[in-house]
Amino acid sequence: MTTTVRVLKYELHNVVRSRAVLVYTLFLFLLTDVLFRFGGEGARVVLSLLNVVLLFVPLVSVVFGTMYVYSAREFTELLLAQPVGRRSLFAGLYLGLALPLAGAFLLGVGLPFAIHAKAEAALWGPLSMLFAGGLLLTFVFTAVAMLLAILFDDRAKGLGGAILIWLGCAVLYDGVILLLITMFREYPLERPVLALTLLNPIDLGRVLLLLQFDTAALMGYTGAVFEKFFGTSLGRVTVLLALAVQATVPLLLASRVFRRKDF
Amino acid sequence: MTLRAPARLLGGLLLAAPAALPAQALVVVDPAGPVRTVTEALARVAPGGRINVRAGNYSEPVIRVAVPVTIVGDSGAVFVGGDHEIFVVTADDVTFRGLTLRHVEPSYVEDRAAILFDSVANCVVEDSRLEGTFFGIYLSRSRGCRISRNVVQGTSTAEMSAGNAIHLFHSRDVTVDGNRVTGHRDGIYLEFAEDARVIGNLSTGNLRYGLHFMFSHRCEYRDNRFVNNGAGVAVMYTRSMLMQGNTFADNWGAASYGLLLKEIRDSRILGNSFRENTVGMYLEGSARNEVTGNTFEANGWAVRVLADAEGNRFARNVFLRNSFDVSTNSRSNVSTFRGNYWDHYEGYDLDHDGFGDVPFHPVRLFSLLVAQHEPSLILLRSFFVDLLDAAERVMPVLTPETLRDDRPLMRVPA
Repeated sequence: MTTTVRVLKYELHNVVRSRAVLVYTLFLFLLTDVLFRFGGEGARVVLSLLNVVLLFVPLVSVVFGTMYVYSAREFTELLLAQPVGRRSLFAGLYLGLALPLAGAFLLGVGLPFAIHAKAEAALWGPLSMLFAGGLLLTFVFTAVAMLLAILFDDRAKGLGGAILIWLGCAVLYDGVILLLITMFREYPLERPVLALTLLNPIDLGRVLLLLQFDTAALMGYTGAVFEKFFGTSLGRVTVLLALAVQATVPLLLASRVFRRKDF
Repeated sequence: MTLRAPARLLGGLLLAAPAALPAQALVVVDPAGPVRTVTEALARVAPGGRINVRAGNYSEPVIRVAVPVTIVGDSGAVFVGGDHEIFVVTADDVTFRGLTLRHVEPSYVEDRAAILFDSVANCVVEDSRLEGTFFGIYLSRSRGCRISRNVVQGTSTAEMSAGNAIHLFHSRDVTVDGNRVTGHRDGIYLEFAEDARVIGNLSTGNLRYGLHFMFSHRCEYRDNRFVNNGAGVAVMYTRSMLMQGNTFADNWGAASYGLLLKEIRDSRILGNSFRENTVGMYLEGSARNEVTGNTFEANGWAVRVLADAEGNRFARNVFLRNSFDVSTNSRSNVSTFRGNYWDHYEGYDLDHDGFGDVPFHPVRLFSLLVAQHEPSLILLRSFFVDLLDAAERVMPVLTPETLRDDRPLMRVPA
């Protein structure tokens, strides 16, 4: 445990000092701030931030994460030469990567809200879901980054994989769902479609925010399965749980590979 | 009418004058007094007279009001029904004020009401409370009546055994204003009711429609609020009506509309507010309507226009934060959208005349997809879907080409 904390401390120093995280924070801050200056009111800013959270946060997390783990390779090997448990080293590495990114997101998006937004009760729901979605996506995609960087020794492969996974989750996956829906339109598709959505973290984040903004439209759907899912808080809990699972699975895999890897 | 009034007044005086006849200008009903029931009071009161009802519970058989009279209740004067109507009015110029009417049992055979007006003129019901009555106030073949500032509160849970709070049938020139109706099948129902004015009512939590009218021409609906009713507001088979300044909100469900217009012609829908409805406004088979200056905010579908709705004009409306702005069921379109504000508009205004220089196509490709394959609704706000929409917007292939706003506003009109 103490090793983890020590590694984490060093990593935090390193990552926070790295310019990329600073730029990321600044970008988020400026974007949100500008949205407030132009759009005005809180709920609409959250809506505009939706695509930033769903596309940009995963992209930065997975690409920066992969690059970072590669560049920390020598440091990792150095530590491995010391009497340090691999588990705690891995935990330190992951947290040292995920926490600064999560912090950058919180700070970059949160500060403008603290400055501009009026404290309305109606804003808490969407805002909390925005942060929950953004943070969970950060954890999911940094976990994926860890897995990729540890799995492939070749940087190009790892980075390529990272971008591919992002592209797949962000864009292609929905295309496939749409294709399936049109191909199998004669069948009752609610359950399969819902299940497919639960498999993709970016879709999960999207559904989480849909539940906040588009309930009126979602309630227009005639299928009972959707209505049950969207109409109750069950939907929100399921989505949050699924996201947590999706962060855990690649992390456990990465940890397993890391422990057995011959560096 | 004008000829009969002096005659009646004279009759009233004649009846009231001789001591042998019990006709009085004022009769007081009191549980402890000489006159203990309204039925008794009605036998004594002079036409055009007044009955004061003191506090207490009154449970009488059907009270038949056959003379012009004003019945005023003190606070705490409660009439309890049962398996029959409470008041049945067959005379003109009858006024009810400040009464509390409670409990009329549902019937599957007749439209039992707390107060039934049958073929009368100039009736008034005001400042009264109706609680747990099957039908509340029921006007049949009546005219010139006014229903003001009443609270009609139902306890219905099933549509089959629920009545309407205020029900107008085949009536003319009726004013319904400032009432609060809730917990019925329809809040306010009008059928063959012409020249009615429905103003400043609040209709909420009704099982079917907040307001429902059929075949009711030349009516006026202003400044009402219809919130959280089973299926919103439905207006059907009507022409020349005015709907202004109403609020339609929180009507959620697969068959739920803020305002459903079916076969509505030559009507004006001005300055209303549609908020958070599954479908804000739905037009079917409606023609030549003017839809101006309304605000559509945070609805699932702001406006749904079917292809059989012709020549409707949408101008100076504001569309904000709707999941879908406009949807339709065909590539052909014969309604016009011009000079509205769309928050999804991404064009520019180089000449600074306040109107966007490129047309706005409010029908998204995705709304067609959802109409054809409902489960795809789950892809709402997906980046992939946004890409598809953008491609379609540049080169409309599937969405109606003519359904577009050539002069979209750059700013929300003041």
